[in-house]
Amino acid sequence: MATALAATNRVAMADLKGKVDPDWCPGCGDFGVLAAVQKALVELQIPNYNVVTISGIGCSSNFPGFINTYGMHTLHGRALAVATGVKLANHDLTVLVTGGDGDGFGIGGNHFVHTMRRNVDLLYIVMDNQVYGLTTGQTSPTSRLGMKTKSMPFGNIEAPVNPISLALAAGATFVARGFSAEQKHLTELIKEGIRHRGFSFLDVFSPCVTYNHDNTYQWFRPRVKKLEDDPAYDPADWMAAMRKSLLWDEEIPIGKFFERTDLPTLHGAEAVLNAGPLVHADSQIPADVSRAFIEELM
Amino acid sequence: MKQTFAIGIGGAAGQGVATPGDIFAKIFSRRGLHLNAYNAYQSIIRGGHTFLTIRTGPEKVTNMGDCLDLLIPLNQDAMDRHLRLLAAGAACIYNSDTIKPGDVAEGAELCALPVSKLADITRNKVAQNTLAVGAGLSMMGIGFQALEQILAEQFKKKGDAMVSENIAIARAGYEYATANFTPFARPLPTTANRYAVLSGNTAMAMGGVAAGVKFYCAYPMSPSTGVLHWMAAHARKAGIMVRQVEDEIGVVNMTIGAAHAGARSMCATSGGGFALMSEGLGLSAMMETPVVVIDCQRAGPSTGVPTKTEQGDLWQMLGAAFGDYPRVLAAPLDIGDCFKIIPEIFNLADRFQCPGIVLCDLLLSEGRLSVDPKDLAFAPTIDRGELITTASPGPNGDGVYKRYKITESGISPRAVPGVPGYTHTASSDEHDEDGVLISDEFTNPTKRRAMMEKRMRKVAGIAAAVPPPVLWGPRDADVTLIGWGSTKGVIEEACEILTEQGISANQLQIRWLVPLHGDAILDILKNARHTMIVENNYSGQFARYLRSETSFVPDGYIRKYDGEPFMPHHIVESVKEQLSGKSTLSVPAHEILV
Repeated sequence: MATALAATNRVAMADLKGKVDPDWCPGCGDFGVLAAVQKALVELQIPNYNVVTISGIGCSSNFPGFINTYGMHTLHGRALAVATGVKLANHDLTVLVTGGDGDGFGIGGNHFVHTMRRNVDLLYIVMDNQVYGLTTGQTSPTSRLGMKTKSMPFGNIEAPVNPISLALAAGATFVARGFSAEQKHLTELIKEGIRHRGFSFLDVFSPCVTYNHDNTYQWFRPRVKKLEDDPAYDPADWMAAMRKSLLWDEEIPIGKFFERTDLPTLHGAEAVLNAGPLVHADSQIPADVSRAFIEELM
Repeated sequence: MKQTFAIGIGGAAGQGVATPGDIFAKIFSRRGLHLNAYNAYQSIIRGGHTFLTIRTGPEKVTNMGDCLDLLIPLNQDAMDRHLRLLAAGAACIYNSDTIKPGDVAEGAELCALPVSKLADITRNKVAQNTLAVGAGLSMMGIGFQALEQILAEQFKKKGDAMVSENIAIARAGYEYATANFTPFARPLPTTANRYAVLSGNTAMAMGGVAAGVKFYCAYPMSPSTGVLHWMAAHARKAGIMVRQVEDEIGVVNMTIGAAHAGARSMCATSGGGFALMSEGLGLSAMMETPVVVIDCQRAGPSTGVPTKTEQGDLWQMLGAAFGDYPRVLAAPLDIGDCFKIIPEIFNLADRFQCPGIVLCDLLLSEGRLSVDPKDLAFAPTIDRGELITTASPGPNGDGVYKRYKITESGISPRAVPGVPGYTHTASSDEHDEDGVLISDEFTNPTKRRAMMEKRMRKVAGIAAAVPPPVLWGPRDADVTLIGWGSTKGVIEEACEILTEQGISANQLQIRWLVPLHGDAILDILKNARHTMIVENNYSGQFARYLRSETSFVPDGYIRKYDGEPFMPHHIVESVKEQLSGKSTLSVPAHEILV
């Protein structure tokens, strides 16, 4: 879904700097994700006006305001639905969706599953910190069992969702996991996700330094293992990806779990779009077509 | 009185009520006759009871009327429920092998068809339907050729054998009736006119095409599903992306996404789905992204009565989403208007960058009406408002584009993604002129106030762009009936009946609900002698709204909330009851149990 660059102007980091600086807490993992997205767009040389960054609500969903692209800061949980509409109306655009685990797997869980099975051509980056931050520290769908928060002071008794297994089961055609402290690795995953034709899911460990004292940088660092370091690992093997997705605690894989490129994207599968993006179509349909519509009723 | 002729066909779902209805409708419209059809049915696929009323005549037929000229009961149940709708001169054609007639009004004819003698019922399960259609047309004085042609079209796909079998059955019914039954006293005329026959749902879908809609999505929900079906079937020819979505929350947000990218986008649902869309309406208002949402009302609350009509969603529309924001809300007055209203509301939504809501109901959505093809204008004026789709000339002034620039009209030029030089963020959070969030800024009260006032200034512009309602009928009348949306036709006929009976009546029908032209309404009503508000709901939702906007209190109310639409006599009798001083609130009973 990369958009061709006008040959003359080179895209630089300065072009992507937002109107305001991020107001995330110092040390928040989201800074690393923002930087990696900007680097990826520069490396892919995608002009900012051809990118739409769309988010829901939450700390990480403030993302579109901190990057200079077209942006939409929508409703809690609804970013993927809005993004699907944007992509179908103008499939020439590069669509990035950014948000958190509560936004995507909690309130937006329904859209998450359906956008994946539709293979909408976009990159969905979840800044997964396993806690609700903007509402000041409640349990999220990815909070571990036993984790104590303001909403579950005696410990979480609900099993967390496994975003990677869920994405694989729902039919995502690109499934990856990054760690915000692994900048270079994360930037590569973002670039791959943007280049992938179809739905790309990228779950990023993005530690919350204020409300999650369980899953900290220190907790993640010794545990994360790059899938790319294992030469035998084949991201085309869905079953292998599913098995890897179940690993947790001692060893937590990051990297590209799965990719398949043989399925059509949603916009590619609908013949109506063969003539080009809807936004460029004539308002009025040909007179013989409208006459035929009326004739059917007579 | 206008000449009309009404046919009722009743039976269980699955018995084939629709096909004879379609055949009659085609024959009438090809003879240049108007028609109005309404199907009362249940939310089941097989069994139960369904009753289709088709009323035709040389002049416009605005509602299903009060009685039947021809009843075709396909089972005993339909016979028992509807025979009482026949008056002198009417007839009932029925299968005398399986159905026993009841007591019929004097002067009405019971026409027994010996179905098993006239057709091989082991071969053709719906032979009784076809025989009855043939018989009915003979009694109406319509030549058999018209029926022959339609049956040939209808069964063409099933092969020549099916065509000739059905024509033979229809002919047997036709000839049997010619020999045995009395023709109707007043044969149906023909005119040189040609009409399109369509449902409100089809009309709204086609109106969307005319408006330049390029994106339509929906979740199936009665009675709005017909819009989705038409859109899906015609999407490729009309160049529209049509999607079925996981839920109505997804629907409204996807519609907003496509609209934000620059495509005219529309969706339709019913009350329950609209409730889920409510938060999205606020998003459309806050991001100033124009969308059009259709609500086809059905009887609520909750799942309610999914296949029955009501005007019970008005306050949901008025209060949809929290906070104050400009919106446009309009209720189409008839099925032809369902088409016309869509381009109109899109132009307003685009110009004022706010959500537009079309408040339809089951009566119009699923009813069918003959419409002059000239009224289905596929080249209406299209006004996209202040939309920036190209990079030149570039942002004004200091070269910085302000998506939410504060202007006198409240309208800020809207750039769509993909245009160089206009990148910005549209946000559900309160924002400044440049789109930057001010929702949590400590020093923002001034900015917040400025942005609220900017958006709300659009309300005056919308009001100026929307015409005030007009009084229909004589200026000076004994009674003024006030209605909104779909009740236009039945109130019109009630006024005609009242006038014939010596009570002069006029009508004020409201189409634009928000903004409401309160002053114009008060001006019209200030000289009215006796006012009554007619609506299809329990609490008088429009009466309460009108009072809240204008302090106007009518002399009386006529309401119905049993799931069925008003028939003209319901209104006529209610008016008489109230003029005699017996009551100020009439709730007419629906006498026929469907």
